[in-house]
Amino acid sequence: MGRFLVPLGVFVLLAVFLYIGLKLKPSEIPSPLLDKPAPVFSLPQLHEPDKTFAPAELRGHVWLFNVWASWCVSCRQEHPVLMQLARTGEVPIYGLNYKDAREDGVRWLQQFGNPYVASAYDHAGQVGIDYGVYGVPETYVIDREGVIRHKHIGPITPEVLTDEILPIVRKLKG
Amino acid sequence: MKRLILVWLLLVSGTLACVAKEAAPVMGDAVMQERVMKLSGELRCLVCQGQSLADSHSDFAIDMRNKIMALMNQGMSDQEVKEFLVDRYGEFILYKPPFSGVTTLVWLGPLVLFVLGAGVLFFNLKRRRKTVTEASLSPEELTRVHSLLNKESGDKHA
Repeated sequence: MGRFLVPLGVFVLLAVFLYIGLKLKPSEIPSPLLDKPAPVFSLPQLHEPDKTFAPAELRGHVWLFNVWASWCVSCRQEHPVLMQLARTGEVPIYGLNYKDAREDGVRWLQQFGNPYVASAYDHAGQVGIDYGVYGVPETYVIDREGVIRHKHIGPITPEVLTDEILPIVRKLKG
Repeated sequence: MKRLILVWLLLVSGTLACVAKEAAPVMGDAVMQERVMKLSGELRCLVCQGQSLADSHSDFAIDMRNKIMALMNQGMSDQEVKEFLVDRYGEFILYKPPFSGVTTLVWLGPLVLFVLGAGVLFFNLKRRRKTVTEASLSPEELTRVHSLLNKESGDKHA
């Protein structure tokens, strides 16, 4: 009996590690920007190039910052969820139109609806780099002090919204 | 004749000047290109995580290489460029993890396992040798061994 204990122990250990491994998402890399002030920028707006958008204007508000593009397939997937959220008015969504052509971005929103209060137009992708964007769509929850409290990589599903994002938003709004 | 030589000299010097003028920036780019590629080799492509930024053809890797070149053109050292990217993307972007904190486990883990395995092997071998030398035969067993050995050698000779 004793001679089976060691292999059994090794097997159990391995099984535990593999089980944990199943649940890991290596494509989601924790952002070093978490709990740090959101990088400052000022960009022209997508719809009105004369107007600018700067996160500093949103001091005192809890808001979502959603990185999207017309070429991004997963953005279509999460789009109805964002539209739904915008209708409830629970938290304002601002967009970062990332590495897109202006007319493509505008047309995309015309076609599918515009959940954003405003979208910043980051044609060069410079702001995207400052925010550590590597897989569009990405969504940041930013608090009243302008600090990034949460980052979600990939499309927002209804489950992600209700289980992950909205609880944080509600907590931040107090 | 003199005039011909003069014209010829003028032409040659002209082309030489052209070559010299064009070669310089190309040389500079090549050096920069090499610097970018060398540093990209030490950074991870976050989209295709098994590849470095130098190996990957993804849009992300191309953007990052352009950004690295832009930062270098601003006069940043390799170390400063790395820090710039780590600040935004996290330590995971370093293809070779730094020797600090949790990553110590990654660096020393194999060594610890090796020493542990070697220790177990050494201990087991030593124990086995002991049991082998200590085993003695009873007189009956000994005669049996002898008879078997004799029989075998007899068979061989036959």
